[in-house]
Amino acid sequence: MESSVATPPTAPPPNQPPPRPGKDAVEGSATWRLSDRLGLALCWGLGLLFCAIAAAIVVYLLVQGIKYLRPEMLFTPASAGFSQSQSGGFSDAFFGTLIVATMGISIALPAGVGIAVWLVEYGRPAALARITESTIEAIAGIPSIVLALFGTVIFSSTALGFLSRSSEGVVFGRSFFAASTMLSLVALPLVVASTREGLNAIPQHVREASYAVGKTKIATTRRILLPTARPQVATGAMLGLGRIIGDTAIIVVLLGATQNFAPVEGAAFPFDYLRGAGTTLTNFVYEASPTGNLNQPEKAYAAAFVLLLMVLALNAAVDVVHRRARKVGTWSS
Amino acid sequence: MELLKSPPPPIRRLKLEKPKAAQEVVAPPVAGDGNGDTLGAPGGFTGARRSIGAPQFSIRRMEVDNLSVSYAEREAVKSVSLPIRQGEVLAMIGPSGCGKTTLLRSLNRLTELTRTAKLSGRILLDDVEITAIEPTLLRRRVTMVFQQPNPFPMSVFDNIAYVLREQGSRRRRKKALEPRVHSALDRAGLFEEVKDNLDHPALRLSGGQQQRLCIARALAAEPEVLLLDEPCSALDPQSTQVIEDLIVNLRDDVAVVIVTHNLQQAYRIADHVAFMYLGDLVEYSSATALFGSPREKRTQEYVSGAFG
Repeated sequence: MESSVATPPTAPPPNQPPPRPGKDAVEGSATWRLSDRLGLALCWGLGLLFCAIAAAIVVYLLVQGIKYLRPEMLFTPASAGFSQSQSGGFSDAFFGTLIVATMGISIALPAGVGIAVWLVEYGRPAALARITESTIEAIAGIPSIVLALFGTVIFSSTALGFLSRSSEGVVFGRSFFAASTMLSLVALPLVVASTREGLNAIPQHVREASYAVGKTKIATTRRILLPTARPQVATGAMLGLGRIIGDTAIIVVLLGATQNFAPVEGAAFPFDYLRGAGTTLTNFVYEASPTGNLNQPEKAYAAAFVLLLMVLALNAAVDVVHRRARKVGTWSS
Repeated sequence: MELLKSPPPPIRRLKLEKPKAAQEVVAPPVAGDGNGDTLGAPGGFTGARRSIGAPQFSIRRMEVDNLSVSYAEREAVKSVSLPIRQGEVLAMIGPSGCGKTTLLRSLNRLTELTRTAKLSGRILLDDVEITAIEPTLLRRRVTMVFQQPNPFPMSVFDNIAYVLREQGSRRRRKKALEPRVHSALDRAGLFEEVKDNLDHPALRLSGGQQQRLCIARALAAEPEVLLLDEPCSALDPQSTQVIEDLIVNLRDDVAVVIVTHNLQQAYRIADHVAFMYLGDLVEYSSATALFGSPREKRTQEYVSGAFG
């Protein structure tokens, strides 16, 4: 066995245990069989590769973004112009992203947490629980362009005319309301899955400890289970927000994808804006990229950089929640 | 608690000072059951020393009457009848899967949370069938401590305050709850150790402290019966010792039922012992009698370590 340590690539003969490590020895991969070592090398290689890819994206956008982003872009609306100096910024897209993110997640988060609690803590009748589960999975699998198409059918109906621009009985069907509602469906499965995971990780005896001092199921859920699952709920919300911010198909189809806000005249603020068409950063990046109508790649980089910063900020926020939860500790198993 | 449909049964909290209020006072089990008694039991069961004296009084609080519990196909508890008395510690022993934990969980209707569980027979608390008592109220009168220390992921103070607050309520003025929180911690022998750190997360305490916090939590509801499901099995010997002393001190204020795998422990702290085997209550008698001269052969084999 000594020789196999000295010349690494030869596999030790089968049926022979690896040499016993000495008192201070650390187990090294030198004693592993070849296939295990290849596997380890593959893991390392892939891990480093993905790190490199992620770093490349972030660094490239960082460099481009810092080069092209001007703070006034965030507060100047886009305008028609032949050169990049005349076409303004992308304030409407920036605030549009904030609006759909806020509205979308404020639908998806309560609904998703509610569904997850029902599935894990109640889940009766079992048939209904199974149907709910597969429905959520189905929604998760539907491409967002299909959801968008379905959304146009719903939000163009006369009954929902109050959610978008309509004139003389014709409903436009494109508005922040319409886009946010369908975007919340994109985020919903992620919130549900993550919250379920968090609830399932809580040992059964912790629930029983709460019941055993006379607490109801609802009180236990509100005071023990949901606070314990908070990090996972936050993760789900973050993933959902990421999907909402990143979606383009629903924006193009259901938000109208104008480059400026198009508030509905005569409606009270903020409903005039929310009923009107608009745009978001992803759509702006698409339009400003060389393939889009605007063709101003420098601003596309600037907007993409803002998007990236938003996602990084979300990640940091979730990290804070997890860190706080770790301070509280968990049950020994 | 306001949602009660039937009027709540009278709650009797009996204190040591007035045992005369008892409906039934049975004589302390056997003479010579005194403190420090060493026992020459069969099978070399001699190591333990009784850490408790004879009970000063003993009042029947709960009555298990012909109770059977089955999960789906399997019958876990078969026609068990036994009394549970305040002033005494009742230990339930038996090999794994013999139904002792199921029996314990039936006493505060926790078995109902298992959907497949079916109960028959009666359990009485102060002569009222527990099925007639609203579950949340019953579970405040019959509280439970679990095998794994399971404080809630909040501060030490809030763990106790959670029990004292209304169902869903988060905050009530801390000052108002302080005396009751302190006294609960004190009864569980934990107050001196945590009094400066009441705001620290409970899950950062040591295992033994966590388990005592769970006992404090169970006591905060001011129960009449305290159920303990192998409370020391996850703890080191020193914490076990502390908790055993605590249990013995509690027996005058609450009826204590403890499930344990540890025969020595049962012998050290119990006044009465119930030996269960495959769902049957094989033998129920005083600790000295059960360990000293068991009536049944299976009991004798078990306490002498032949099986289980």
